[in-house]
Amino acid sequence: MLPDYDSLAPATWAEALAALAAQPDVVPIAGGTNVVVGMRAGELRGRTLMDINRLPELHGIRVSDGHVVIGGGTTVAELLASPAITEHAYPLHQAAAAFANPLVRNRATIGGNLVDASPAADTYPPLLVLDAEVELVSLHGVRWLPLDQFVLGVNQTERRPEELLRSVRWPLAPERSAGLHHKLALRKGTACSVMSAAVRVDTDQLGRCTAARIALGAVAPRPIRAHEAEQSLVGESLTEVTIRRAAQLAGQACRPIDDVRSSAAYRRRVAEVVVRRLLTAVDLELKEGAQA
Amino acid sequence: MTPQIVTLTVNSRTHQVALGAHITLLRALRDLGYTDVKNGCEKGDCGACAVLLDGKAVNSCLVLAWQADGAQINTNAGLGTQENPHPLQVAFADHGAVQCGYCTSGAIIAAHALLEANPAPTETEIRQALSGNLCRCTGYGQITEAVQAAAAVMQKVKGG
Repeated sequence: MLPDYDSLAPATWAEALAALAAQPDVVPIAGGTNVVVGMRAGELRGRTLMDINRLPELHGIRVSDGHVVIGGGTTVAELLASPAITEHAYPLHQAAAAFANPLVRNRATIGGNLVDASPAADTYPPLLVLDAEVELVSLHGVRWLPLDQFVLGVNQTERRPEELLRSVRWPLAPERSAGLHHKLALRKGTACSVMSAAVRVDTDQLGRCTAARIALGAVAPRPIRAHEAEQSLVGESLTEVTIRRAAQLAGQACRPIDDVRSSAAYRRRVAEVVVRRLLTAVDLELKEGAQA
Repeated sequence: MTPQIVTLTVNSRTHQVALGAHITLLRALRDLGYTDVKNGCEKGDCGACAVLLDGKAVNSCLVLAWQADGAQINTNAGLGTQENPHPLQVAFADHGAVQCGYCTSGAIIAAHALLEANPAPTETEIRQALSGNLCRCTGYGQITEAVQAAAAVMQKVKGG
């Protein structure tokens, strides 16, 4: 039995922002895959729920001005089905394919996954390596935050109570860039990550790394970037030696815990292994791209 | 808290019900008599409560009933009748894919959504499509076979 709640179903974007400004304890709800579970567990802070599914401002996937821009209400199933995401954000496509299960993917939204900010949230590592930013909108205005600054800790973000996450955007990858994602879980479906990782490497014409991104999920209180590991690759060609060193640094960046899914020690070790394999696969992809 | 009037069209029948904001679509459907929709984990892990919501397979335990105001909902029982069952329902019975039956409605809904999008799925595609539907009796072999058999029948009917 769930406690009593009030509901709001704003017809327009302006109404939704006004409701949030007037009543800071309003809880936006889209797919409900976190909110309804939170309601049942008695963990929800507010008592008024506001459905944001029907607001057109939160929908759509488009490529414009050198960016991919997607509405915060885009479902994971829509991400998975989008040719633009497969083409321009392959690590995110891979994460969408590994996300929960098809029934949940039809409801869960990218905005919800980011605002919920679970350390194991599937969409964070791929979006971190894509250099994604989130757009936060309130009656007071609009601000864009890099995703790395948006997330603070377990279920904690920079989102203020009066703000809605309207969209997520990231720049189109340059030439000679490749990225991949891997989720390690205890089974293939309906699984929470033991750990997950995404990598992206940009290279120059000689195959040297000009920029690298390595992001990890479920190994710290928040999804993290392994900055030292990234830096170790810049200026280098991807070789067994440079890949191994970067993977070791990525493992050292982890601050994992022991829990029902894994020990901390295993998480740290497997993060290194997964990053090594992802970088090796990215290297192969870049070399194949160079030959084509 | 004031209950609000929610309009739900279930298996082509329209209902208007007064519901509190905390009532899930799952509970509303069961209270309306659609008890083929099962209450399992109530957190999106088991798929026993799956229904088609405006054509998409979802866990009805994670949808608040008022969020579905005005929506078209189809449950497993609405896919066929006793006299004229859906090919998936026939195949589940014929292939031993039903034991206790608790997961069956949800599994058939997920399979139905799969076959709408992909009429001739591989075994892997079937297993992935049903990865949100837990069965603790038959295992998944018979369920997978049933979906393949139903797909073949439906292809034949379609091909004429």
